[in-house]
Amino acid sequence: MASLLQLENVTIRFGGLTAVSSVSATVQEGELVGLIGPNGAGKTTVFNMVTGVYQPTEGSIAFAGQPTAGLKPFEITERGIARTFQNIRLFPSLSVFDNVRVAFHLHLKHDSVHSLTRGPKFHREEIELRERTRELLAIFNLERVQDEPSKSLSYGDQRRLEIIRALATRPKLLLLDEPAAGMNPAEKLELMKLIQFIRDKFQLAILLVEHDMKVVMGICQRIHVLEYGRKIAEGTPAEIRANPAVIAAYLG
Amino acid sequence: MTELLQQLINGLSLGAIYALIALGYTMVYGVLRFINFAHSDVFMVGAYIGFYLGPRLGAGTVWGGIATLAAAMAGSAVLGVVIEKLAYKPLRNRSNLTVLITAIGVSLFLQNAGQKILGANPRAFQFPVPGGGQQRLFPETQLHFRSLTISSNQVIVLAVSAVLLVALWWIVHRTRIGTAMRAMSFNATAASLVGINNDAVISFTFALGSALAGAGGVLYAMNYPSIDPLMGTLPGLKAFVAAVLGGIGNLPGAALGGMLIGLVETFVSGTRMSTYRDAIAFAILILILLFRPAGLLGKLRVEKV
Amino acid sequence: MKLPKSQIFLLVALLVAGGFSAFSGRIDPYILDVTLGVGIAITLASSLNLINGFTGQFSLGHAGFMAVGAYSSAMLTTTLGPKLGASAGVLQWVLFPASLLLGGLVAALAGLAVGAPSLRLKGDYLAIVTLGFGEIIKVILQNVDAVGGARGLVGIPDYTNLFWTFGVAAVTVYVVWALLNSTYGRGFLAVADDEVAAEAMGLNTTRYKITAFVVGSFFAGVAGGLYAHLKGYLNPGGFDFNKSIEIVVMVILGGMGRHVGVIVAAVLLAVLNETLRSFGDYRMILYSLLLILLMLTRPQGLFTWTPRKKSAA
Repeated sequence: MASLLQLENVTIRFGGLTAVSSVSATVQEGELVGLIGPNGAGKTTVFNMVTGVYQPTEGSIAFAGQPTAGLKPFEITERGIARTFQNIRLFPSLSVFDNVRVAFHLHLKHDSVHSLTRGPKFHREEIELRERTRELLAIFNLERVQDEPSKSLSYGDQRRLEIIRALATRPKLLLLDEPAAGMNPAEKLELMKLIQFIRDKFQLAILLVEHDMKVVMGICQRIHVLEYGRKIAEGTPAEIRANPAVIAAYLG
Repeated sequence: MTELLQQLINGLSLGAIYALIALGYTMVYGVLRFINFAHSDVFMVGAYIGFYLGPRLGAGTVWGGIATLAAAMAGSAVLGVVIEKLAYKPLRNRSNLTVLITAIGVSLFLQNAGQKILGANPRAFQFPVPGGGQQRLFPETQLHFRSLTISSNQVIVLAVSAVLLVALWWIVHRTRIGTAMRAMSFNATAASLVGINNDAVISFTFALGSALAGAGGVLYAMNYPSIDPLMGTLPGLKAFVAAVLGGIGNLPGAALGGMLIGLVETFVSGTRMSTYRDAIAFAILILILLFRPAGLLGKLRVEKV
Repeated sequence: MKLPKSQIFLLVALLVAGGFSAFSGRIDPYILDVTLGVGIAITLASSLNLINGFTGQFSLGHAGFMAVGAYSSAMLTTTLGPKLGASAGVLQWVLFPASLLLGGLVAALAGLAVGAPSLRLKGDYLAIVTLGFGEIIKVILQNVDAVGGARGLVGIPDYTNLFWTFGVAAVTVYVVWALLNSTYGRGFLAVADDEVAAEAMGLNTTRYKITAFVVGSFFAGVAGGLYAHLKGYLNPGGFDFNKSIEIVVMVILGGMGRHVGVIVAAVLLAVLNETLRSFGDYRMILYSLLLILLMLTRPQGLFTWTPRKKSAA
């Protein structure tokens, strides 16, 4: 069976700097995979290549069997990859509700012209989308603040809202960029449950960049380890924990 | 052949002036990442300072001309710093757009206040001779090389620009403050962390850029011998295009861009398309941004995600 | 079928405009002139608001698109009008709206031509490109003899009346409002907020920006047509950078990305413009100081007290 996401010898250089060097990795359907490594190892850069923000200098990326080279970020999202950002990037002038609603846009059948004519079809679809948005917010207990501006939420809620917004695009693969950053141990525990819940409830694969070993080891089925842009290990949490190269990278 | 050489010289002397203005845009962009719209009006004020102080400083002689040029540069530098302190400094850390709009406001203010105070009508950039008659800022002669005619003014423009460019290179690469400027344009936060006084560097950058614009104003007025309060707009825009063409933030790029724009414009003026002369710079701008947005010598900045 | 409130608003506005138009003969000509100017200003400001306010781009070339529309529309009525041999009424109620539409379409095309390549650029670059475009338009118009060249185009019939002016203004306001108040339309605001995030949510940001630009240019063009048939003559110099700035100030003063604030600002400045006419040059000095002071003290606009309400459709 072909992998959902497949990176083959992916390399990217910025000027003289090789940020990621010949990395190969896969994510299977429904799998929860971790991507770890010390600061500056190139984890976010991998995310940015997968989501089309950067184009790899060499190597290829395929999603659901199709190469993604040359696709713009929105086209990749259309194909079923959604993401969150390391430094939260919500839409600050939109309400919590609209942050999610706008991400449903991909599944709209109407466009600018229907917004102008505002016929019955438009209204039916709008009502349905509002319902969907409300449902999604309700699953994560954010419907109580749906009319607040998104920037007024607590840090943890903003992180969750970003995940909800990504889910609204109905992805097959969700990329989470350091979702536990800035959270206290209790919040981290909750986040771990949340991530597993999302994977089961929405039946998608998750690729997780995370610093916090506890989080990664606790929930991931497989882990890829990067150091200085190279992949140094891959395996189950138990294997990674015992891998001498990983221990050296983290302790040395 | 002669025609071509003649155009080349005309183009280079026009381009040198664009280069002087372009350097100011590019330096400010380097440290503050915004387009100082009012820069072109500092250029205009520079020309007026030359116009009013010229007679007192002995216009018509070589030393008088140099003194006038220096006075215009000093006055423009002061104006540049004042604008920065009053209008831009309070807006540090605000959005680019806010600063840009403010800069447009400052530009419009200088133009319109200029029209009110200095008069809207163009004035000849000439100075009365004590015995009657008019003279130029520098004593003028025509130099002939076979069939080629070069005005001494063009030589002065090229010589002054060359001296200023070398001086600028020296300041930026061989002095402490120049090193601080480069550090800041590389990474402003890091620069302030290692103890660089960002405000001082910004003020210095404005002074330097504005002084060059002031010199450009006088040189421009000298070659196109009339001035008016709106004279800065077009050369300013073209110089901005030059800065983008060279790669904004890049000093040699700005100088190169200025020269290129000057040459292209001069050659277009010599053809049947001459009435489109003023549109050509914008056409170039649109083309660069389409095909090489980083400019000829610039590096593209990748937005961090 | 029950009409949505927004469309009822549009209908009422059109009826009122028509009603007043019928009695325009009794209105003092000076007042009428100012009022028509106000209506055109509302159209210009609301359409620019879509680009600069809601979509977060920064165009400095709105007067250029207005010029394109003004000249296209005036060329149609001045060349075709006399040949048709129709009565003045027919010309005003059939040919004129057709010419406005033409003006809008040509301006929209120009908007597409300028926007498609340049909207990849960020804020200040885009500002300069649109400014440059405005200058190019001016230079071209000055050089084309068929449209009067630098002397300008004269003898344009005075078809602009209250109905057409405020009808267009109402349609513009409606279109901008309706475009934004939908799930699709929230995308404009998302693009303004954070392009990277918007793109990651599957929004084709380029397409949004171009849509805003083309729609905005269309209405600038229509406003140009109204302007041409109000003034009776056109000259390229009338569509310079200062004109673009005037419209930009309306949008900023009204609080970029606010529907009502921008309309109020347009009315205010259009009236102020008239009253300050006798002060000539002082008008632009005042404008520039206003711009600087506003940015230093209230960059969110003059009429902005409450946060923008977003979830209402």
